[in-house]
Amino acid sequence: MATVSGEPIPVATVLGLLAAAVVTVAIGIYGVRLARTTSDFLVASRSVGPRWNAAAISGEYLSAASFLGVAGLIAKYGADALWYPVGFTAGYLGLLLFVAAPLRRSGAYTVPDFAEFRLGSTRLRKLAMVVVAVICILYMVPQFQGAGLTVGILLGIPTWVGAVAVALIVIANVVGGGMRSITFVQAFQYWLKLTAVAVPALVLAVHFLGEEHDLGAPAPPTVGERTTVEITTDVVVQVSGPIAAGVDGTLDGADVDGIVTLGPGEHELGAGTALVLEAGSPVPVVAGAPATDADWLEPGSGLGGEHPLFQVYSLMIGIFLGTVGLPHVLVRFYTNPDGRTARRTSLAVIGLLGVFYLFPTLLGVFARLWVPQLLITGTSDAAVLLLPGSVLSGPGGQLLAALVAAGAIAAFLSTSSGLLVSVAGVLSTDVLRGRVRDFRVAAVLAGVVPLLLALGMVSVDLSRTVGLVFAVAASTLCPLLVLGIWWRGLTAVGAAAGMVTGGLVAGAAALLTAVGGAPGGWADWTHTGWPGAVVGYPAAVSVPLAFLVMVLVSRVTRGRVPQDVGRTFARMHAPERLGVGRDREGDLRSL
Amino acid sequence: MVLAKRHGARIVRTRVEVQEQTEVGDAMIRGLVRAQLGLALRLALLAAGLLSAVPLLIIAFPGLAEAEVLGIRLPWLVLGVLVYPVLLIVGKLYIGRAERNEQEFVDLADD
Repeated sequence: MATVSGEPIPVATVLGLLAAAVVTVAIGIYGVRLARTTSDFLVASRSVGPRWNAAAISGEYLSAASFLGVAGLIAKYGADALWYPVGFTAGYLGLLLFVAAPLRRSGAYTVPDFAEFRLGSTRLRKLAMVVVAVICILYMVPQFQGAGLTVGILLGIPTWVGAVAVALIVIANVVGGGMRSITFVQAFQYWLKLTAVAVPALVLAVHFLGEEHDLGAPAPPTVGERTTVEITTDVVVQVSGPIAAGVDGTLDGADVDGIVTLGPGEHELGAGTALVLEAGSPVPVVAGAPATDADWLEPGSGLGGEHPLFQVYSLMIGIFLGTVGLPHVLVRFYTNPDGRTARRTSLAVIGLLGVFYLFPTLLGVFARLWVPQLLITGTSDAAVLLLPGSVLSGPGGQLLAALVAAGAIAAFLSTSSGLLVSVAGVLSTDVLRGRVRDFRVAAVLAGVVPLLLALGMVSVDLSRTVGLVFAVAASTLCPLLVLGIWWRGLTAVGAAAGMVTGGLVAGAAALLTAVGGAPGGWADWTHTGWPGAVVGYPAAVSVPLAFLVMVLVSRVTRGRVPQDVGRTFARMHAPERLGVGRDREGDLRSL
Repeated sequence: MVLAKRHGARIVRTRVEVQEQTEVGDAMIRGLVRAQLGLALRLALLAAGLLSAVPLLIIAFPGLAEAEVLGIRLPWLVLGVLVYPVLLIVGKLYIGRAERNEQEFVDLADD
């Protein structure tokens, strides 16, 4: 990982970071007072319209992957990375079409609860609970990694410090009872994140239009001024034309100190190497990403690795269907008064996300233009954070940088708090005895595990990690919900078999990506050819497999279709006006 | 007055049929589920078809990738901006039709 050295620590940024953290904690404490008197869900369900609800869902949903990762991937991979935000948004169309209204009418407020309601099996409920816990924990890993990256880059301290600090804030907040999923707070988070990403994007857009640029040149991006990049982990870069650069460290296995000309081809830079590029110098680009701007601008080169078309389709399947199974999002649908408003909320979320993602896209383009040195190490997740300061000098740039930093911290805190509350809630009620103490124990455990994973794991792009988590959700909870809602023939055994199969396949792929190491290591096969494409983007294999197993096993065990499936279907699908629905709110425990 | 009263009595009976899962009630729910699923699948296929056509069209007609509208390359305009209104329109279509299906169901139950 690289730190961009030579910059003094900006005071405004530190203040921005602190302000975001303090406000989040304060809101958490205030929120406890509000939430203690009565269940927020029940209050919200009677007072909150679809718009507020949609903003709250978006606020909880827009994580580090959206705030930092999308722009970074666009800077690195160009047109093909646009599929990430498209998928993140299109997922809500899937949710609208197949899940929103029937799930709300079922009255179930979590996926394990739905499993028990629909199939009458407490063992299936437990299995669904395990899957929810795994998904939440995996989803927290990139949040903590993003936090480490952000704090590390902005303050120049080791990345683990930021990850530990944010994890501790989140755990302490949740253990203290704070950060209940208060609708208004989460709705505010959406507008904060939108502001923090839109204002810099618009300011830079004005700056962009005021200059002449050639974004499609058949040449690599160039640095605007003399730039020093420190390489902190070994990296392979590609060079399309000769680049003269100052290198102090290891280049292609040999010790080098002085000006070197990097010839066309691939070069390996060792950890600890400092690379100095003079103003106007072309930038070597991390291997696997498009090297020239012309290649970058055109779709079809994929997201690093082979079989780009498969990558795009598999990614879309995973994100489109994975959104349907995200536990911390589904909980929010319970705050809709009825199925009709659940649909309207989903539609409004599509609108809000569509507006949000315009800006990371813009920032990604600007990042390639103005902070191309990030492409050397491939840690392009830092793009959004570094852009304002490197383009605009003086207090204006510092203010924008502080705004972005505050938005990023808000994104980590809100999403990981929401996830931790979800996982601690299901763990404490379904595994432990559901007392307040159990909730706290569960919160500490469920917070420490992803922190350890975040510290120990190879850091891949934030959005890619999140994409893998979506693939796990798409291969487990999505078939359970979709078949449970639309197919009477589903049995508990079939649902369990499908979830286990899909979860193992997608989970194994995620695990291999996390621990498989760099290309050339012991798991080199996970980086090349079809195995590499499937491991990196497993959804196109694991999702159909999960559906297939679920259907086949259900057919074999058809004698075990629940007796009351007709009544269950009437409750899920009949409009509320007929009076067949019933909330399971008696089961809601206040934690 | 008498007619209205009878009508009211029938509403109660048909609703009870749905609630109590009689054969008539069950058949009505099956019809509604089929209609809603068909609608959802059709619109999902429409959206998926539109989206998945984009990479294929670019492979088939490489010129499209270099076409510019308002100074922006076509794939960037389509995937970066135009996708979102299209998703919204498909979602709006779905809500309208799904609510009509439900209204027909309620009318049938009240008839």
